[in-house]
Amino acid sequence: MTQQQKDRSEHLLKVEELKKYYPVRGGFFRRKIGDVKAVDNISLDLKRGETFGLVGESGCGKSTAGRTITRLFKPTEGKIFFEGKDITNLRGTQLRNLRQDIQMVFQDPYASLNPKMMVGSIVSEPLVNYGKGSESKLKDEVMNLLTRVGLPEDAYYKYPHEFSGGQRQRIGIARALALKPKLIVADEPVSALDVSVQSQVLNLLKELQDEFDLTLLFIAHDLSVVKHMSDRIGVMYLGNLVEVADADDLYRDPKHPYTQALISAIPQPDPRNKSERIILSGDVPSPQNPPVGCPFHPRCPKVMPECSGKKPQLKEVNKEHRVSCLLYE
Amino acid sequence: MSNQEALLEIKNLHTGFDIGGETHHAVKDVSFSVKPREVVCVVGESGCGKSVMSLSIMKLLPKHNGKIDKGEILFKGKDLVPLNDKEMNQIRGKDISMIFQEPMTALNPVLTIGFQMDEVLINHTNAKKEEIRQKSISLLKQVGISRAEQIVHEYPHQLSGGMRQRVMIAMAIACQPQLLIADEPTTALDVTVQAQILELITKIQDEVGMAVMLITHDLGVVAEMADRVVVMYAGQVVEESDVDRIFYDPKHPYTRALLSSIPRMEEEKEVLNTIKGIVPSLKNMPEVGCRFVDRCPEAMPECRKIDPLLGETEKGHSVRCLLYDASKPEKKSEVR
Repeated sequence: MTQQQKDRSEHLLKVEELKKYYPVRGGFFRRKIGDVKAVDNISLDLKRGETFGLVGESGCGKSTAGRTITRLFKPTEGKIFFEGKDITNLRGTQLRNLRQDIQMVFQDPYASLNPKMMVGSIVSEPLVNYGKGSESKLKDEVMNLLTRVGLPEDAYYKYPHEFSGGQRQRIGIARALALKPKLIVADEPVSALDVSVQSQVLNLLKELQDEFDLTLLFIAHDLSVVKHMSDRIGVMYLGNLVEVADADDLYRDPKHPYTQALISAIPQPDPRNKSERIILSGDVPSPQNPPVGCPFHPRCPKVMPECSGKKPQLKEVNKEHRVSCLLYE
Repeated sequence: MSNQEALLEIKNLHTGFDIGGETHHAVKDVSFSVKPREVVCVVGESGCGKSVMSLSIMKLLPKHNGKIDKGEILFKGKDLVPLNDKEMNQIRGKDISMIFQEPMTALNPVLTIGFQMDEVLINHTNAKKEEIRQKSISLLKQVGISRAEQIVHEYPHQLSGGMRQRVMIAMAIACQPQLLIADEPTTALDVTVQAQILELITKIQDEVGMAVMLITHDLGVVAEMADRVVVMYAGQVVEESDVDRIFYDPKHPYTRALLSSIPRMEEEKEVLNTIKGIVPSLKNMPEVGCRFVDRCPEAMPECRKIDPLLGETEKGHSVRCLLYDASKPEKKSEVR
């Protein structure tokens, strides 16, 4: 086994130089006139049992990254390895089998559950689809799952509209757990929920992770939530991964100017601790036409002349702490 | 409490909605006041009545089923409740302005930014057309839009969320109002843009010298902005105090639970505290007793029998909970 192969099989998931472009069509015969570079060359790896947090503002490509990794989208370039196996180009039955091991929890608990299906059917559907038995045979198992995620047993016979947002998210989690997956990609699972309910769902996810031995890719825009959940965090900006570090390290010693600004911009729930804010000017540029050089340079408070020329690469500055910024090269 | 100095004073406000022939109160017995140049944050979860309360002040409730049943809304000593639409139009946008959560739906998509900006000034001033356009441009510059001359010819869809919220703020401060009501102004925005907008609101507040009533669910925003905090739960004010005491000496079990259930950056905590259950819906609200009782970790049997009152435990700190003597109806009457 070569070093590279060994490296790939050690991690549950390994993503190498992943790109996902969406074509922009227009003009005569709707020709392709450009690309939206939603994910532009990211590499990351997930160890077994860890929670990797992916954080960034809206439009930074974090959801696209999550869905490309789960192969809901076909990557434009790059490679994805799951348990050492290349899953980048899987099709048909093989792809279908892969889905047993990778499940997703979606953001909107109102849109991601079929309103015409009983909760029992929603949760048993993945099991039925993979031939684990008929719905009636699986009833006990599904009821166990429902109670495990904190729903009453009679939830089995109810419909999604009878539940609150937090409870619906629990249904979504039960559905994702049904097949006992190895990896769960949770895409903004709590952003639609109220604070008091949010903490319930976060605690549940943590408990289940220990119990079912799950690896979690946790995607969110709220850095304090991501920090609470994750072992390691990747910060995305405009389709690029700008910093990857241990969760505590990232908070204590953020290296990239964007991460520093992001952390300082979060209002802290403590009136006596009003820290100096780094206020960024302007908005996130369009991913259809990203800036040349470092994608962050037009808004960066520490911009240097060379930033508009050379695109920085993700480099290790400390142990397990990687940054893509020319300040550290 | 001396109320001479209050800019806005809400007294025992009840706002109800007709649902299936029955009136359900989304706001039940809300009283608090806003002093000039003060930032008051109203905080609570979705469905706690904070938006309905602000719409009641502006008298923007849906006409077909929403109405103010009881109570007074005193603005500079004048009650707004009996005013009709025409009289309210004199106040809206001029003395009291409002900005909303979703700046895309609050702006008209088929009219230019300039047209919508000018409209406010045309309605409330007698200035000439050219002066008004100049004023609109200078207002846009005041809220940090550098391309103001071009922006007035553009449409809302051409702007980003943060820019639209800036336009909304510019419109709101056009007539130098004394009170700005901001209903979740940064909820739809990213954190870095939120930081820009919050800083802008603070700056403008200083320049215009207005009071701000900021409605939010984000306790971080509250800590950042507020002088005083009003905590709402299920249509009632459960606690009111200055920002320091709310964060460092919270009295009501709900406030305490809310504060301990948010993940904090500087802390290492394996398990977050939670509040069990959910906010009861309008239809399932308990008739008598405390509305928080089913979720309260400190619930007592009498909580289901007695309506707690909002009483002062110490000067400037009110709470609605039977754990405190000031909230017990019989004790309260003795004090009086």
